[in-house]
Amino acid sequence: MKTSRRDFLKIAAASAVGGGLQLGFGLPALAEVRDTLTTDAPFAPNAFLRIDRAGRVTFVMPMIEMGQGTYTSLPMLIAEELEVDVDKVAIEHSPPDDKVYANPLIGLQMTGGSTSIRAMYVPLRRAGATARVMLEAAAARQWNVDPSTCVGKNGAVVHAASGRKLGYGQLADAAAKLPVPEKVALKAPADFKLVGTPHRRLDLTGKVNGRANFGIDVRLPGMKFAVLAISPTFGGKLAAVDEAKAMAVPGVSQVVRLPDAVAVVASHTWAAKQGLAAAAPQWDAGPNGKLTTADIVTQLARAVEKPGAVARHDGDASAAIAAAARKVEATYQQPFLAHAAMEPMNCTVHLTKEGCDIWVGTQIPGVTQAVIMKVTGFSREQVRIHNHLLGGGFGRRLEFDGTVRALQVARQVNGPVQVIYTREEDIQHDMYRPYYYDRVVAGLDANGNLAGWSHRIAGSSIYARTFPVMIKDGVDPDAVESIVNLPYGLNDVHVEWMAQEPPGIPTTWWRGVGVTRGTFVVESFMDELAAAAKQDPLAYRVALLGKNPRAKTVLQMAAQRARWGKPLPAGQGRGIALCIGFGSFIAQVVQVRVDKDGATTPTHVWCVVDCGIQINPDTIRAQMESGIIFGLSAALFGEITLKDGRVEQTNFGDYRVLRINETPRIDVHLVRNQEAPGGVGEPGTSCVMPALTNAVYAATGKRIRTLPVGQQLAS
Amino acid sequence: MALVKVNGRNVRIDGPDDMPLLWALRDILGMTGTKFGCGAALCGACTVHIDGGAARSCVTPLAAVEGKSITTIEGVGRTPEGAAIQRAWLSGEVPQCGYCQSGQIMSAAALLAANPRPTDADIDQVMAGNICRCGTYPRIRAAIKKAGDAK
Repeated sequence: MKTSRRDFLKIAAASAVGGGLQLGFGLPALAEVRDTLTTDAPFAPNAFLRIDRAGRVTFVMPMIEMGQGTYTSLPMLIAEELEVDVDKVAIEHSPPDDKVYANPLIGLQMTGGSTSIRAMYVPLRRAGATARVMLEAAAARQWNVDPSTCVGKNGAVVHAASGRKLGYGQLADAAAKLPVPEKVALKAPADFKLVGTPHRRLDLTGKVNGRANFGIDVRLPGMKFAVLAISPTFGGKLAAVDEAKAMAVPGVSQVVRLPDAVAVVASHTWAAKQGLAAAAPQWDAGPNGKLTTADIVTQLARAVEKPGAVARHDGDASAAIAAAARKVEATYQQPFLAHAAMEPMNCTVHLTKEGCDIWVGTQIPGVTQAVIMKVTGFSREQVRIHNHLLGGGFGRRLEFDGTVRALQVARQVNGPVQVIYTREEDIQHDMYRPYYYDRVVAGLDANGNLAGWSHRIAGSSIYARTFPVMIKDGVDPDAVESIVNLPYGLNDVHVEWMAQEPPGIPTTWWRGVGVTRGTFVVESFMDELAAAAKQDPLAYRVALLGKNPRAKTVLQMAAQRARWGKPLPAGQGRGIALCIGFGSFIAQVVQVRVDKDGATTPTHVWCVVDCGIQINPDTIRAQMESGIIFGLSAALFGEITLKDGRVEQTNFGDYRVLRINETPRIDVHLVRNQEAPGGVGEPGTSCVMPALTNAVYAATGKRIRTLPVGQQLAS
Repeated sequence: MALVKVNGRNVRIDGPDDMPLLWALRDILGMTGTKFGCGAALCGACTVHIDGGAARSCVTPLAAVEGKSITTIEGVGRTPEGAAIQRAWLSGEVPQCGYCQSGQIMSAAALLAANPRPTDADIDQVMAGNICRCGTYPRIRAAIKKAGDAK
């Protein structure tokens, strides 16, 4: 760890100031995930842990908890090496800092891309081991014995030969005076006692008794509530508001006009909502006032035919296809998607001349701080970001648009103000998973063997906006990821990418990012090729996975568990798909029933995961269940469409998501091995979409090439 | 203005008659355990008990709860069904992000109070009104059954 202790304490102090302002400090005051302001903890050898004189241990989480279980699995990594009882540790959100708390795989303080475990598997174990070694050294000095004879265990250092024992708290001051060792030995995975065993989540008590604090739960003395309306067309402007009518609503204190939005401020959210309705804002539609989904699809269909940036070129795909006995072609389309996290977008801001406090749940605290510094001209110390548990992220909270919006409102409000998006606003002013358009051509020889794969992709480039440095030779590596890295052994492959931005429509990351869109296309097309070759979809894939044993294994295991090949009644079918992404290997089989009226019901999903070393196995299962249900929602119903420049969907009535009565039985099986740990937050989503549509094909003979399934099967 | 009982305590809520109970709880009483999800009774995140029955507080005006007894997530653990559900939620590791879980627990506790041994169909019927974007449904189903068995 490069951070000096002084720097760390400075950060900790800044966070403590914010904590004092905020009731409850963001984390529920519980036996498990506690609010312990251990700023006076003498022993803080790195940014991730502190031990006070009473032996109380605090872990500061570099990644945020949004349901994926990081506030359990990351503490397990530290506790494994520190040798403390993870159930007795206090957990805090990290303050904004893009250096100290940077995600090593990304270079910023960012929770996303299924990276938390992959990024922190070594650093957090090292953080724990470093602290333990220092505590052992401090004890050895005190006892005047060889440090190698002192062993940290259960929160104390023990000298076995003499039976002496000192608690970590008793050693905290002495350990703090020792130099931080450059190198420490880490346990071999075979010696793990905690890592790899199922451990109860540490964040649950507050989540079952109502005390867990999300950003929307912040309550400050004198706080006002604001409800927002943004121009319903992208790029439109506010034309008029009936301010008098809004102000006539009891409780309304102010109407805040922004160039492209209006907010009504009141003593409670209901008055603000009523005031906004009374204000009846009028809009200038702007340049995209006539935009429809069909316009965007037309643009993409044209773009996909144009010469693009070459993402992969191996062998000679066009020659191989030209020489093949048969040519198979397909076009796939995947719609704009909203995130629809259960906690609608919200942010609370208190802006004064001296600085600004921001209470929000974000996947990017450091970036958010930097953006607010830029917008306000404040210094780092003046912009205090108080992060919270997230009521769902899925990529939506990788963006800072909501925070900037809240700041724009707060600039005109005296005192703290909580800005809330209604569900309608949350859906109509999301930043969307892009619409993607893929054209694929492959050749089959006389025996049905795959010969040549040529693939053209058009869509919005999220990287071009967020991390332009990632664009190499015009290629967006996220959008093409699963095509460039086809799991199947092929000699002749050609892949081209055409960036085509939808006018005015903001796009961003969504669960599974490029792997989700790419896996749908690859696994759908593999199924089409198998069908064209009149071969079993499982056997067809397995034959091409000779050099990919982990992929082959999960695929075969999933098929076996699902009783692949066993006949099903008419109207039912099984579909299979493979997903390699985020360092993990996943295969799923979906069993589906399609009724005569086209109603499509997934009845059973089998999922086999090889994510290498497992930290908390039950979290992996939970993430697979979660990802599968999220992916089924999107594949069956998910679709944001535009008419007259406006998003047509408004709420959960017309942006449908899976409900408990529609949820299939899900069986998850974990493959145990000692490979490097892989991510599990997203690939469950990526894999299930083609598994579902392949099952629909097996059940009905109808190939779904445009998502969602929607009404396509209705007769 | 409404006089109500909230988690056993008499409370005077100083808000307009048409104000949904959700906002009275969250913004006037400062009880933030009850969540805003959709504002239209579509997602169930705001579920509370009114005289023991599950209700969507986002569409229940204050005028409709005058004189009634309201239980929220902050108080449901003091009912036998609520406590059983909370225990089952913990042992079954149900929540992920946790945001919808107040509403899920309130719906499940009301279900259990009315029907101590719910079948899958009973669970589907009652719990279909509660959305979870993290997809905790399989664990919700298992936890409700476990709580029913434990009671």
